[in-house]
Amino acid sequence: MGTLASVVMSATTFAGSAQFAAASVLSAAGSVGAAATAAILLNARYVPIGISVASVLRGGPLRRLLEGQLVVDESWAFSRRRDGTFDRGVLIGAGLVLYTCWVTGTAAGALGGEALGDPESLGLDAAFAALFLALLVLQIHSRRAVVAALVGGTIAFALVPFTAPGVPIIAATAGCLVGWRKR
Amino acid sequence: MSRRLEEALSSTWLVVAIVGTGTIACKAIGPVLLGGRTLPPQLAGIVDMLAPALLAALVVTQAVGADRRLVFDERLLGIAAAIVAIRLRAPLLVVVVAAAGVTALARLL
Repeated sequence: MGTLASVVMSATTFAGSAQFAAASVLSAAGSVGAAATAAILLNARYVPIGISVASVLRGGPLRRLLEGQLVVDESWAFSRRRDGTFDRGVLIGAGLVLYTCWVTGTAAGALGGEALGDPESLGLDAAFAALFLALLVLQIHSRRAVVAALVGGTIAFALVPFTAPGVPIIAATAGCLVGWRKR
Repeated sequence: MSRRLEEALSSTWLVVAIVGTGTIACKAIGPVLLGGRTLPPQLAGIVDMLAPALLAALVVTQAVGADRRLVFDERLLGIAAAIVAIRLRAPLLVVVVAAAGVTALARLL
C-alpha cells in the first residue's frame, strides 16, 4: 500500500494490530470487505476499553472523542493503577508520545522500510508478545485476575485455528465475566 | 457498496477509510456516551477484569497465532527469555529487547 495511504491509516486508525491485519489481508489479495472486517473486529476491543477509561477523560463530547482516540493497548495498560482506576496524565501523555512515534515511524518505514529487511528476522513479533506478557503480569493482583487471564488465554488459544484473526481476541473478553460481583 | 463507487476509489483507500471510521467510532462510544460518569459497581468489577483477559489473549495470539493456525516456532524461545527477564524484575524495555534478540538469534541459526 502506498506511502501516503500508510501514513493516513496510522493517523486515523491508531491501532497497530488492526493495521497489520488489514495490510496482510490486502497484500494476500483479499477483498476490501475481508480486510476491513478483520481490522474492525480487532478494534472492537476498544469499545470496552473506551468504557473503562471514560471517567478520566474530560470536556464536552468533541474533546472526549478526541481524547478517546489516544487510547491504545499500551497507553491503556501503562496508565492502569493497581486499584483498577486510571492515571489521566499517563494515559494522555503516553498516548500522545505513542501517536507521534507511530505516525512518524510509519512515514519512515514506508519511505525506507525496504532497507530494514523483514521485521520477523528482527524478532519483532516475539517482542510484541513479550510486551503484552509483561503488561499482563502488572495487571495480576488478585486471584480473580488470574482466572480472567486463564479464561481469556484459553478462549484465544482454542479459537485461533478456527476463526478469522481478531475474533479470538474479541471472544476472549468473555473472561472478564469472572469480575461479576453479587451485591 | 455500489460498483461505481468501489471502482472510483482504489481498494486500498477504501479500506483505509472504512477501518479509520470504524476505529474512531469504537474508541469514541464509551467516552462520548458515558461522559464523566462512573460505572455501577457490578459492571465496574467486570470492566476491571477486561485487562487481564484481553492481555492474555494478545499474548497467546501474538506468541503462537498465525492465519487460522497455531504455530510453535522461535517466538517461544523469545517468550522464555522474556519470562526469565520478568522474573528477574528487569525493566520493560529489557524484557522486550531480550525477547526480540533471542528470537532473531534463533532464526539466524
